[in-house]
Formats: sequence, structure tokens, C-alpha cells
Amino acid sequence: MTEQKNKTNFEINQVINQPYKYGFKTNIEKEIFPIGLNENIIKLIVNKKKEPKFLLNFRLKAYKKWLQTKFPTWANLQINSLDFDKISYYSIPKKKKKLNSLEEVDPEILRTFEKLGISLDEQKKLSNVAVDAVFDSVSIGTTYKEKLAKSGVIFCSISEAIQDYPKLIEKFLGTVVSTGDNFFASLNSAVFTDGSFCYIPQNVICPLELSTYFRINDKDSGQFERTLIVAEKNSSVNYLEGCTAPQYSENQLHAAIVELVAFENANIKYSTVQNWYSGDNKGIGGIYNFVTKRGLCIGKNANISWTQVETGSSITWKYPSCVLVGELSSGEFYSIALTNNYQQADTGTKMIHLGEKTTSKIISKGISCGNSKNSYRGLVKIAANAKSSRNFSQCDSFLLGSSSLACTYPYIDIWNSNSIVEHEATISKISEEQLFYLTQRGITIDQAVGLLINGFCKDVVTMLPMEFATEADKLLSLKLEGSIG
Amino acid sequence: MNKILLELNKLEASIEKKQIINGLDLKIGENEIHVIMGPNGSGKSTLSKILAGHPAYTINSGSVLFENKDLLCLAPEERSHEGLFLAFQYPIEIAGVTNYDFLRIAYNEKRKYLGQPELDPLQFMEITQIMLNKLKMRNEFLHRNLNEGFSGGEKKRNEILQMLLLEPKLVILDEIDSGLDIDAIRIICEGINNNMIKNSSLIIITHYPRILQYLKPTHVHIMMAGKIVKTGNIELVEQLEAYGYENIE
Ligand SMILES: Nc1ncnc2c1ncn2[C@@H]1O[C@H](COP(=O)(O)OP(=O)(O)OP(=O)(O)O)[C@@H](O)[C@H]1O
Ligand SMILES: [Mg+2]
Repeated sequence: MTEQKNKTNFEINQVINQPYKYGFKTNIEKEIFPIGLNENIIKLIVNKKKEPKFLLNFRLKAYKKWLQTKFPTWANLQINSLDFDKISYYSIPKKKKKLNSLEEVDPEILRTFEKLGISLDEQKKLSNVAVDAVFDSVSIGTTYKEKLAKSGVIFCSISEAIQDYPKLIEKFLGTVVSTGDNFFASLNSAVFTDGSFCYIPQNVICPLELSTYFRINDKDSGQFERTLIVAEKNSSVNYLEGCTAPQYSENQLHAAIVELVAFENANIKYSTVQNWYSGDNKGIGGIYNFVTKRGLCIGKNANISWTQVETGSSITWKYPSCVLVGELSSGEFYSIALTNNYQQADTGTKMIHLGEKTTSKIISKGISCGNSKNSYRGLVKIAANAKSSRNFSQCDSFLLGSSSLACTYPYIDIWNSNSIVEHEATISKISEEQLFYLTQRGITIDQAVGLLINGFCKDVVTMLPMEFATEADKLLSLKLEGSIG
Repeated sequence: MNKILLELNKLEASIEKKQIINGLDLKIGENEIHVIMGPNGSGKSTLSKILAGHPAYTINSGSVLFENKDLLCLAPEERSHEGLFLAFQYPIEIAGVTNYDFLRIAYNEKRKYLGQPELDPLQFMEITQIMLNKLKMRNEFLHRNLNEGFSGGEKKRNEILQMLLLEPKLVILDEIDSGLDIDAIRIICEGINNNMIKNSSLIIITHYPRILQYLKPTHVHIMMAGKIVKTGNIELVEQLEAYGYENIE
């Protein structure tokens, strides 16, 4: 007896990982703090960065809270214990003096960003996107600053903002994610070294898309960046975030915070394509990605929209959320999480409805391949005062392979009777008949799987800005290559 | 006798341990139109899917040669590139993938296989436009998801659109006429007649003689219980119409 011999024996075999193309590292001279964390390290950071007093207090308060908090264990994740004493909390490229222009940046670092497809050279940069590039703990440069300044938009690294706009920072920092919010938020608040700051004044539609590109380079340093975006009344901004890291066999910690504040009629659209190094096909190495992202719709009719494509990291722990305070304000969360090999993702959102007639929408697409674990965790809370509010959630999971896992944990908490919450969930597997149809037309199995997955994710991909959408499509297909057959 | 295109020898095949094809012999030459008729469940669709390489079937014995090559050791996409096309009895729907993207990828894969340069989206659109007109299909069908929400007849038309684009050497039409209105049958058949490439052949699986007014068969086979039990010409169809399968000796 002979089986029909074909390469499209649709049984899912071992996953062959596509080599991670951002896994190179850059050799530069750098300044690193001794490993471990204590009050002295925090003071050292504050001194090094010449930060104002309020920030020292902010950091020390956070540090105390961190000491009192335990590592969270409720997520559906298996985490190798992290030794927080082995991490260096500050690593910056060595430089002689303050940089005044991009020409003064170490060319090695500029080349790194070029290799990653991010050009900081204003001649070559993506038109219509202003970029802030963060290398390990420090912002390397921000493009298009002048053009933005003309419209009154502030877009710079958070370190600069602390120096140049301390009032704004003091007013907003920690108002959305407090120093004691959770273990990682406390840690970040204590030691964050850089990140981006955007401020969109009243009645301004930001003329460019703003983008931050995060790169972890150093092996032993954690990356703790902090992003703060404030959109004043009637303003609007589109923000993109990209991430990569070199390939190391040790796990590296990344614990970021993103805070968004939207006033009356303001719109913030925040998109992420996260492609940190995810470890090898045996699960060795990779980034531990523990991120707290939250947006506050404080004004009437404000809108915050999160879109994320999560394909990297060995562990992803991330719940971009919206707190809907303003009447008629709205929150959105569109997510694609793809896990392969031994990656683990526990991601989702929280929509907290506090104001009347607030609305939220959640669309989550999880794809699990290999031996990976992919959980959606979402909370929809409608407070007693949030009368006539609405939520719609749709969580679809796609399983590729029999050893992967998909879980959904929707929590719904409603405190009034005239709000409407709808939740839909599906789990599907790759359909043999669909694959057969596509391959009969001459499409290879890898392409066919890619097509089906892109089709599955389409509702979310279409929410991304153009440049990101194409990148996301390619990234998904790349990650899936060889995952079948 | 024409040059042989496809040759099946004592083919036996099963699905989930149940043998459906029971020693089937069939020879198809170039420039021929073969009709296979047979009662429901006799294995006609099974045969077509086996030829196209569906992975769920197990070949127990026998052989299949396509242009003297062992067809059974080729993957479905290779069979497709070699020139085999199956118009499905029940075309499947695929969410999130537009008909246009699907067609263009399939088309370019074939070009790659033939060592020809791929067409860019605009060039491809031009070619597709011509085919759409031939089949009297509206442009809108390109931008909808593949077969999603298409009516039965629209799905069948879309199968033929794919066929015209891929220019196969051997086409298997599995009940292409089921669910088609009278005009649609004519349009589709004209599309096929006017666009088959040189020396190509057709296998028509059908329950109704109407389609044979347009596609004139050179051979007629009757399939029962997984094998060809009788072969003849168009007169066999008339006999069937008059007496039914039970009275075919
Ligand atoms: N997965 C399966 N498991 C068991 N039996 C199957 C399976 N798939 C098909 N069969 C059986 O194989 C036989 C042949 O089916 P097939 O679809 O080839 O018939 P057909 O000749 O095309 O019929 P129709 O004229 O109704 O289209 C049927 O009895 C069917 O029930
Ligand atoms: Mg059939």
C-alpha cells in the first residue's frame, strides 16, 4: 500500500523556524551601570540624566512599591524565574558630549537602524513619518522635529522632555499607569531611562505619523522605556511603534509603559508591530516582554484605538487598555498575536467603561503554531454610572499544528442594566479542503497557509497604517513559512 | 488513436479504509472530450480528487500516467503546474482572501513554473478583464472574497474563470452544469470551447445530456461502483436516457 505521496501531506510536521533576520548585534562603546537594583542605582540614573527632584521622588516611590509587590503569576505563562539582581538597569552608547544633531551619532548605531530599515537620515526617511529611535536605554534621535514644531506638536525622547518640558511631564507622568499599578509598572517607573513623548496641542491634527523604533542591543541590560502621549481637545495623532532585538541565548527583559491621554474630541491611534527576538526553535533565549499600555479617554467623545501585531518575544504579557471616562468616548483594540515554536503570549485588553454612552470594540486574532501557547485575556467592565454603554468583542483563534494551545479568558463585569455587551469567539484549524483547493490551483503549501492566515487576520491588518500593513502581512507569512507539511 | 495524455491502470483507492475506486482503467488522448456518467456515489468525484492529488485518499494499487509521467508522486501544486485542472463540484469559500489576490498568485505561480516573468497587478488585471467579459462576469467578483457568498452558478463561473487563466492541458469538470441556468451553461461552454489550448482534453462528469449539446464528446463512459463498466459514443447517453443505469448490461 502506498500513500499518495505528496509534500502536502497536510499533517503538521515539526516547525522549521525562519531565521530571525534582525538578530545581529552592534559593537559600540557603551556605558553600563553595575547590575542589580537599589536606591543608589536609581539616584545614579537621576544624576546621570540630571533629572528634577519630582522625578527622583517618583522613582523612589515606585521602587518601594515594587519591593512590596510580587511577580504576577495569574497569566497562562510558564516563566523561567528572572533574577532582577543580574540585570543592568542602565546602558547607553558612550558619547563625549550632548548630541546636537544626528551627524554626531555613532555611525555604527545609525547603520544598525539602516539595517533595520529605519532611516534617521532626513533625506532618506519615510515620507510622512517622524521617527524617534531608541537604542538600548537611550533615544538616538528624532527626525522631522522642526516640521512638527511648526504645528506646535512636541515629539522628542522622554529624557529631553523631562529637561525641556518638566511641567508637562510632572502633570501627566503616572496619571494613567500609577507607580503601583503592577509589578512591572513599578519596576519601569523606578528605572525607566528613555522612550518617547508626544504632545499634540488643542485643535491640531498632527501633520505626520509619529513613530518610535525600539532596539535592544545589549545582552545584560533590560530595556525599560516609557512613552507618554497627550492629545489635547480636538486634536488627533497616529503613532506607530516597532521593535527588534539581537539574538542571544539568555532571556532579556523588556518592561515598558505606554500612557495615553485623550481630551475632549481627541483621537489617538496607536499601532505596534512587535518583532522582538522570540528565542530559537527549542525555546532558548528571546525577549521577555512585559508591557503595560493604557489609554485614558478623559474628555467627552475622545477616542483611543490600539492596534497590535505581536509576532516576536519569547513571552508576551501585554494588555493595552482603555479607561473610558468621558461621556460618549470610545476605545478600540485590534490585535493579531502569532506564536510559534515555544513562544508564549498572554495578551488582550481591558475596556473600563466609566462614562455614559461609552463604546468599545475588541477584535482579537490569535494564531498558534508549533508548541506555542497563545491566550487571549480580556476584561470588559461597565460601571454603574456608565449607562447605555456598549461593547462588542470578537476573539478568534487559529490552531496550526496539534501541539499548540489557544485559550480565551473573557471577563465581563457589568453594573447597570441598560448596557449591551456582545462576545463572539471561534476556534478554527486549518482546513484541508481549503488547502487542497489552493494547491490544486498551483499555489504552494506555504503560500496557501500564508494566504489563509492573512485572510484570517484581515479585519485587523486593515486597521494598520499602510506602511505597517504591508510589513505585517510579510511578517506573518515569514513567521509561518515551513510551519506545515 | 491520438497521443495519450492520461492513462489509468487498474487503479484501486480508498478513503478511511473504505475502497471507493475498484480497478479503474481509463485512457484519454489529446484533443478528446470524455464524458463520465454514473449513479450517485459511484466514485466520480473521488476519481477527480485522486487525480488532483487530494491527500485524504490512499492508493492501494494501480498506476496513473500523465504525459507518461507518474502523476501519483507529484504534489497537487505540481500536478496543477503540469496542466491538470479540476473544476470542483463544490468550490470552497475562503474568507479574507480576495478572488483577485488568489487568481493573481495562482497565475504567477504557473508563470514561475514555466520560467516566465510574473505579471504585475496592472498587466494581470488586463488579462483577467478579457476573461471576465468572455464569461459575462461582473468586475465586482474580483474584489469579493474567494467564493464567499457566491451563488451556486457564480461559483461555477468562477471555476471556469480560473481554468481560462491557467490554460490547462487536461480539464476535469465535475458537474459544472449542476445549478447553472440555461444561458449560463451556454456561456460557460462557449468559454471553454473557444479557449482550450491546443491538444488539450476534457473530462466531463455530468448527470445531464444538455451540456453535451455544446461540448461534443468523443467518448462516453459509464462508471459504477468505482470502475468504468461501459464505454461508447454519444449514443450511449441516449440509451441511458431511455433505460437508466439499472438496465445497462
Ligand atoms: N471521507 C469519506 N469517508 C467514507 N466514505 C466516503 C468519504 N468520502 C466519500 N465517500 C464515499 O465514496 C463514495 C463515492 O463518492 P463520490 O463523491 O465520489 O460520488 P459521486 O460519484 O461523485 O456521486 P455524485 O454523483 O452524487 O456526485 C460515496 O459512497 C461516498 O459516501
Ligand atoms: Mg460527485
